[in-house]
Amino acid sequence: MSWRLWVPLFAFAAFVGLAAYQLTQPKDDFVQSGMVGQPLPYFDLPPAMDGVEGVASGTFADGEPRLLNIWASWCLPCIAEAPQLESLEQQGAKIVGIAVRDRPEDVAGFLAQHGNPYTHIGRDDLSEVQLAIGSSGVPETFVIDGQGVIRYQHIGDIRARDVPILLDELEKAR
Amino acid sequence: MTRPALAAFCLAFAMPLAAQQTMPPAPFAYRQLEDPAQEAAAQELMETLRCLKCQSQSIADSDAPMAGDMRHQVRIRVAAGESPDEIRSWLIQRYGDYVSYKPAVSATTWPLFAIPLLLIAVAGAILLRRFRKRA
Repeated sequence: MSWRLWVPLFAFAAFVGLAAYQLTQPKDDFVQSGMVGQPLPYFDLPPAMDGVEGVASGTFADGEPRLLNIWASWCLPCIAEAPQLESLEQQGAKIVGIAVRDRPEDVAGFLAQHGNPYTHIGRDDLSEVQLAIGSSGVPETFVIDGQGVIRYQHIGDIRARDVPILLDELEKAR
Repeated sequence: MTRPALAAFCLAFAMPLAAQQTMPPAPFAYRQLEDPAQEAAAQELMETLRCLKCQSQSIADSDAPMAGDMRHQVRIRVAAGESPDEIRSWLIQRYGDYVSYKPAVSATTWPLFAIPLLLIAVAGAILLRRFRKRA
C-alpha cells in the first residue's frame, strides 16, 4: 500500500489537533481601544450630579496628565476599584470620572458610600464618549496626557498591583 | 444565613444591575428612522456590527444597553448623511476588525479565502488525473 494513502488522514488529524489546541486556549475577551495614541475626540458632558464639574475634552488640555475613569454606580467592579482610586488620588493622581448611563442620585449615593476621588464627573447617558474613545465596558481607566492625547488604557477594575503601573504611566505622560 | 438575610443580600447586589436596565434607552435604540431607505441602510449595518458587551451577538440582535447606545450612534449617523462604510470604519478605528462581522480580505484573513480555492484546485487536479488514467 502506498504511503500516500495516509497523507489525507494525517492532514485531517493535524487539523483536528490544531483546532483542539486552539479551543483549549484561554480566550481574551478584552477589546483594546484603537484610540491609544490619538487625541481625545471633542466632547462636552454635563455634570453627573449637583456640586461637581462636568467633563469636556478641553478639561485635559492644561498640561497636566490625568486619569480618565469610565465607571457607573450600577457597576459592581467599580466598587472593588474604589479603594485603589482613593489611593491613586492620595498619591497625587488627578482623576476625572465619566459616569455611564447613570442617575444623579445614584452617583451621589455611590460616592457617599465609597468615597469621591474625582475632580470632575461627566454624565454620559448614551455611552457617546465611551464609544468615541473605544471603551467597551465599565470600569476602564485611560491615561490622558497634558495635551489631551490618550496614552494608555487599563481594562477592568484597578487592582492593587495596577496602582504603581498607572502612576508610572502618568509620569511617562508628563 | 437566614432566608430573609439571604434575600436582602441578593437584593443588595441585584439592585445596581437593575438600575442599568431601568435607565431609558437611547432615543434611537429602538426607534426606527423616518426615511425607510435610511432605516434599511442602518438595519443592514447594525446586523454586521458586534455587540461589545455580548460578544456573540450583533447589535441588531442584542438588548444590552450598550448595544442600544451603538444602534443610536448608527441611526443618528446614517440620518446625518454618513455612509454605512464610514460608520463601520469609525468603529473599526476604535475597536479593531473585531467589531465588524462583515468578512474582509486583509493581511491576516487572506488564508481563509485562499485555502478553500487551493483545496478545490487540488481536488480538481486529482480527479482530472484519475479520469484521464481510466480513459
